[in-house]
Amino acid sequence: MPKIFYHHPGGATDVIDAVPGTSVMRAAITNGVDGIIGECGGQAMCATCHIYVREDYIGALPAMNEDEDEMLDVTSSPRDDERSRLACQIKVGPSLQEIAIDLPLTQVEP
Amino acid sequence: MSRIVIIGGGQAGVQLADSLRSEGYQGAIDLFADEPHLPYQRPPLSKDFMSEEDGASPLPLRAGTFFGDRAVDFHQGVEVTSVDPVGQTVVASDGSTLSYTKLVFATGARNREISVPGSELVGIRYLRTLDDAKALQAELGSAKHVVVIGAGFIGLEFAAAARKRGLDVTVLEFGPRPMGRVLSQFMSGYFADVHTDSGINLKLGEGIASLTGVEGKVSGAVSTSGTEYPADLVVVGIGVLPNSELAVQACLEVDNGIVVDACLQTSDPHIFALGDCSSYPNVHTGARIRLESVQNATDQARILAKTLTGKPTPYEALPWFWSQQGAVKLQIAGIIHCDDESIVRGEPASGKFSVYCFRDGRLTGVESVNSPSEHMAARKVLEQRLPLTPELVMDADFDPKSFSRQSAFLNPNDKEGLERPATV
Repeated sequence: MPKIFYHHPGGATDVIDAVPGTSVMRAAITNGVDGIIGECGGQAMCATCHIYVREDYIGALPAMNEDEDEMLDVTSSPRDDERSRLACQIKVGPSLQEIAIDLPLTQVEP
Repeated sequence: MSRIVIIGGGQAGVQLADSLRSEGYQGAIDLFADEPHLPYQRPPLSKDFMSEEDGASPLPLRAGTFFGDRAVDFHQGVEVTSVDPVGQTVVASDGSTLSYTKLVFATGARNREISVPGSELVGIRYLRTLDDAKALQAELGSAKHVVVIGAGFIGLEFAAAARKRGLDVTVLEFGPRPMGRVLSQFMSGYFADVHTDSGINLKLGEGIASLTGVEGKVSGAVSTSGTEYPADLVVVGIGVLPNSELAVQACLEVDNGIVVDACLQTSDPHIFALGDCSSYPNVHTGARIRLESVQNATDQARILAKTLTGKPTPYEALPWFWSQQGAVKLQIAGIIHCDDESIVRGEPASGKFSVYCFRDGRLTGVESVNSPSEHMAARKVLEQRLPLTPELVMDADFDPKSFSRQSAFLNPNDKEGLERPATV
């Protein structure tokens, strides 16, 4: 099964084996990984599943659509032009067997 | 020992249990959820869940381990059947009695039902719960003619999903416009066009008069104009009613929802209510309202957790909403009245635009189509009560994002005259 490495800001890491076709957001929520909210249910409309993808995996990702691009401009933690994505828009599967991401400090305004 | 009992396992109840622990609450938490499932997200049920590809897997609100990890006693599939506010106890459907130090109603709402002739026929569905959605998802595979009663958010989201699957879809709406209560007239008209263009037969000004059937199964829907539309599946989306019966029985004040103050406290100081079931004083409109949204449920839960842990905090968050109907993403910031003055910004034909709504010169809300960053900017403007005027919006150079940023640094004195509306 595809593997997702969730690196928390404090240094801890959750490693999740995800069912192929599952988004990085859904896998986090289903498995109790803190730091991803996904309030809109995966429609790129709330920007509460912001992640920083580790460099080695950026090349394997699907292209970003306009909605995702716009939402990334308004995330609670600052956007990184290279690494920021929405976890709901990235699905693991045959073309993405492994991914490692860093979680931001916050997903919602304090 | 202190014990907080939460009635309801939707967004509000689950977020409250979560936030109580984040706020450091160490007493017992008992969460009663009458559905037989682990708590799940409802919004996708009328959208992705109805697509052929999605394969009907619900998105949980939390992992299965959540309740154990947070020491929340989760009473799955158990209903609270009575409340004794004097003795501070609840009785549940499994026969148990629990005493509470604080009780929270997060009981949500239920669908309004139709009562026209034929309402009892097989093939007439409602959409709120996971079980509703699973049943509908299964029937969509064999249905050909779908009639949706009510052009509200749920009805239209479902209609768009059914249409995308190639079904023949008719929507009956008694009012003159779709989603007429909650959208500007312009936006309402835009959606009427979008759905009509997609091939949905949208009949405005036509309510449901009766349902006809063959051998107990629905076969048609007769509208108030007398026209009969063929139907092998009927979905009713005519709004919801707050679940406030238990509150009435507990002698709490109820008026279109359980009446609470700014700190979400009911007329009983030990009892609170939040989410779809509560009617609260809204600082942005200056009126008492009851909202049905994820934002309202979760933000109220985060605030109530503070109050319940000794930091009384009024709820003042800006309401916002979203809906996905086919390819159109609608996001709304603020509370809009259909007769607000509205100004369209952007080109509707491009499929990306916003409508700014004003009342008495004050911005009440902004509706955005496929423009998430403009929506987020509008939220900032409304939250901070920045002095946006109709004239500014009409200026060709107006940029919502930079306005929301630059204005954040305004001297607070510049906002004079923009204080909140009179309190409720």
